[in-house]
Amino acid sequence: MKWVRNKLDQARKPFEPGQKLEKFAPAINAFDTFLFTPNHTTKKGAHVRDVVDLKRTMITVVLALIPALLFGMWNTGAQYLYQEMGLANVTDVPFMDAFIEGAILVTPLILVSYIVGLTIEFIFAIYRGHEVNEGYLVTGLLIPMIFPVDIPLWMLAISVAFAVLIGKEAFGGTGMNILNPALTARAFAFFAYPLYMSGNAIWVHQGATDSISGETILGTLAQGKSVAYNFFDAAAGFIPGSVSETSTIAVLIGAAILILTKVGSWRIIVSGFAGAAVMGLIFNAFGLNALMEFDWYMHLVVGGLAFGLVFMATDPVSAAQTMKGKWIYGFLCGFFGVMIRVFNPAYPEGIMLAILLMNVFAPTIDHYVIQGNVNKRKKRLAKAKANLQTA
Amino acid sequence: MSKDIRVRKGLDLKLKGEADKKIVNVSQSSIYAIKPADFHAVVPKLILKEGAAVKAGEPIFYSKYDEKVKFCSPVSGTITEILRGAKRRILEVKITANASNEVVNHGKLDLSNASGEQVKSILLESGCWPFIIQRPYSIVANSEDTPKAIFISAYATAPLAGDPEFILADKKEAFQAGITALSKLTSGKVHLSVGKKSGLKDVSDADVHTVKGPHPAGNVGVQIHKIDPINMGERVWTVGAEDVATIGNLFLTGEYKPERTVALVGTAVKDEDRKYYKTIAGANVKTLVGTVDTDNTRIISGDVLTGDKLSNDQFINFYHNTLTLIPEGNQYAFLGWLPFTRNDVPSNAGTSFSKLFGGKKEVNTNLNGEDRALVVTGEMEEVMPMDIYPLQLIKACMAGDIEKMENLGIYEVAPEDFALIDFTNTSKLEAQEVIRLGLDLMITEVG
Repeated sequence: MKWVRNKLDQARKPFEPGQKLEKFAPAINAFDTFLFTPNHTTKKGAHVRDVVDLKRTMITVVLALIPALLFGMWNTGAQYLYQEMGLANVTDVPFMDAFIEGAILVTPLILVSYIVGLTIEFIFAIYRGHEVNEGYLVTGLLIPMIFPVDIPLWMLAISVAFAVLIGKEAFGGTGMNILNPALTARAFAFFAYPLYMSGNAIWVHQGATDSISGETILGTLAQGKSVAYNFFDAAAGFIPGSVSETSTIAVLIGAAILILTKVGSWRIIVSGFAGAAVMGLIFNAFGLNALMEFDWYMHLVVGGLAFGLVFMATDPVSAAQTMKGKWIYGFLCGFFGVMIRVFNPAYPEGIMLAILLMNVFAPTIDHYVIQGNVNKRKKRLAKAKANLQTA
Repeated sequence: MSKDIRVRKGLDLKLKGEADKKIVNVSQSSIYAIKPADFHAVVPKLILKEGAAVKAGEPIFYSKYDEKVKFCSPVSGTITEILRGAKRRILEVKITANASNEVVNHGKLDLSNASGEQVKSILLESGCWPFIIQRPYSIVANSEDTPKAIFISAYATAPLAGDPEFILADKKEAFQAGITALSKLTSGKVHLSVGKKSGLKDVSDADVHTVKGPHPAGNVGVQIHKIDPINMGERVWTVGAEDVATIGNLFLTGEYKPERTVALVGTAVKDEDRKYYKTIAGANVKTLVGTVDTDNTRIISGDVLTGDKLSNDQFINFYHNTLTLIPEGNQYAFLGWLPFTRNDVPSNAGTSFSKLFGGKKEVNTNLNGEDRALVVTGEMEEVMPMDIYPLQLIKACMAGDIEKMENLGIYEVAPEDFALIDFTNTSKLEAQEVIRLGLDLMITEVG
């Protein structure tokens, strides 16, 4: 390790204060601190500090995403190969064939997302003179996971650039954004390139023939047709969809990691599913069309609802920040997610729009929660003043 | 009368390096200092000059904005140096002690018949007044005020902090006298908070509260919040446990003798040296710890969460009864961010197994990361037992939004109440500094 450290110290020299490349220090710092937690000591305030830092927190989210990502790679390959090979079942595709095919399809998306996003992050860090924030490690992985696999790479690149520039940096960078950057990327693509983001052909890789059907469950329902998948297929994720959101089970493994490490808010996740279930039950009670008759528990496992609630709604920057606020915010994310899905079949991915909508309302929710605390304090003051007068 | 205060949120940092419960009488340290910086927001006006001879208890400087508040020499001797910093600000008034032990005597006072005015004037004259701290703002009390209540915490939960029960064991008479004296100064009550198995539960002239729970349960601010929270415009006072005994001693003997029983703690102290040392406020660090290589050791006056960084030849803070020495953490950690590694570092986070592997930990001063944008939410609330939104209050302080700060409870907090937030927060935000600056803004804008 000493050898690596010495090499790094040597490489850093031109970036030290007063040297030629001083301005670019955030760039080398990002690499250096990735290898070594720096030797900085406390200067003021508490003399000892917790071992936790933003890198650790963000890497934990990346770890929580891995099950969904690996499953997504397999599913992407399997969905394509089973039609290409004419098999009866998705699970009949040889495991490694499916996984390798999927990895080949998905890896370029991840690379493009990271390269474009991190380049912008580095430029802004150097321009603003602060260190590179680790937030993009998560965003950069989330974005390819919620896109259709056949999205042209340049479209992905533009969506990423839009999300980072307009969604995040325009508001002041990490920690200041109002909307979840990953969802901003998806929403941008959804409205800018609708042909590539919705319809019945895009959810499974097309190969050379262009004859593969890739209708999602929600898309089928929206057309009033009945669905061939059962609850287990949907929960396990053997269904067409965006790259990595299909498997509710893999998402729940990630949710468990987030909750146990306290990185993701269990309040948001639990209340989110509760909100979706309540809305589903309400629709079931009326049952006017195929989508409204769709069982409430099926709503929880199809589409991106689980993925959105676990990984997007819990983004601490764009979510509500108070404890009570998180309950309300999560519940409404799920509630509106199912509502948009059912009432507006043109937007089958209701959860994306629901979370973006709630991102906008999160500060309002927090405002009223905090106002409760403020009012309590004001009441106490009024009481103390009244006591003073009678005394 | 005993009432229970139960604190649930918080964090007990279990560290190695506790002091043994043995008292060592330090042979008179030769040099002491009064540091105006210990008295936040006090602008000192010197009475004596360099070279002057002083008695113990003789005023050396007074507060420019509250001239009755005097700061007195802890020992008899000669003012050998007045150390000044930038803009000629006085940093240290150094007093070299002599053996004559000349003391200013204010005469004994029969507390049972004394009036509040009498008590107050003796406290102001004798130099005991600076022991009284005012909340809000956590500054030396204004001599014109009458507080709505006075709070004393005899329960320490800060990591490795000296145990007030042990320090007060042989000062009970003086402690009782101090409480009686203080009870004359308030229109309300004196509240004393003690631990579960306290030997101080039978004091009179005070409401005794039993406190249970993790740090910061011992912080007087938390106790105020639970007992009788401060509203806008109200003043309460707080006095440290040992200082109450010093005040009592003043009325029993007529002499100002700012005794300090300092717990010498931390893993950088030799095992056999970790004891309680009986000395005088403002003692030189060197007399207790000898010469220490400060490149590798952090000398902290106070506890590891709230203390001041000192060098070898400096002096213990006027109010502190703990001196902590821990190793500096100026080492790199390879891939230190990997979740579930480095479990030997204490942590409140779920991304470390530190809490599962119990036992006491050795700490150093490594920042364990770099400062970042505020991203994570919910972690500050875990260590904030008051009914206050810490993140929102911190942001209001950063923005200097006075109305918001008032609404969110700035009057109820002191920097020390945010020390655990310094420790736990992922973004390495300096919460104590932010709150101090916020309070300073309130002092200048609201007063």
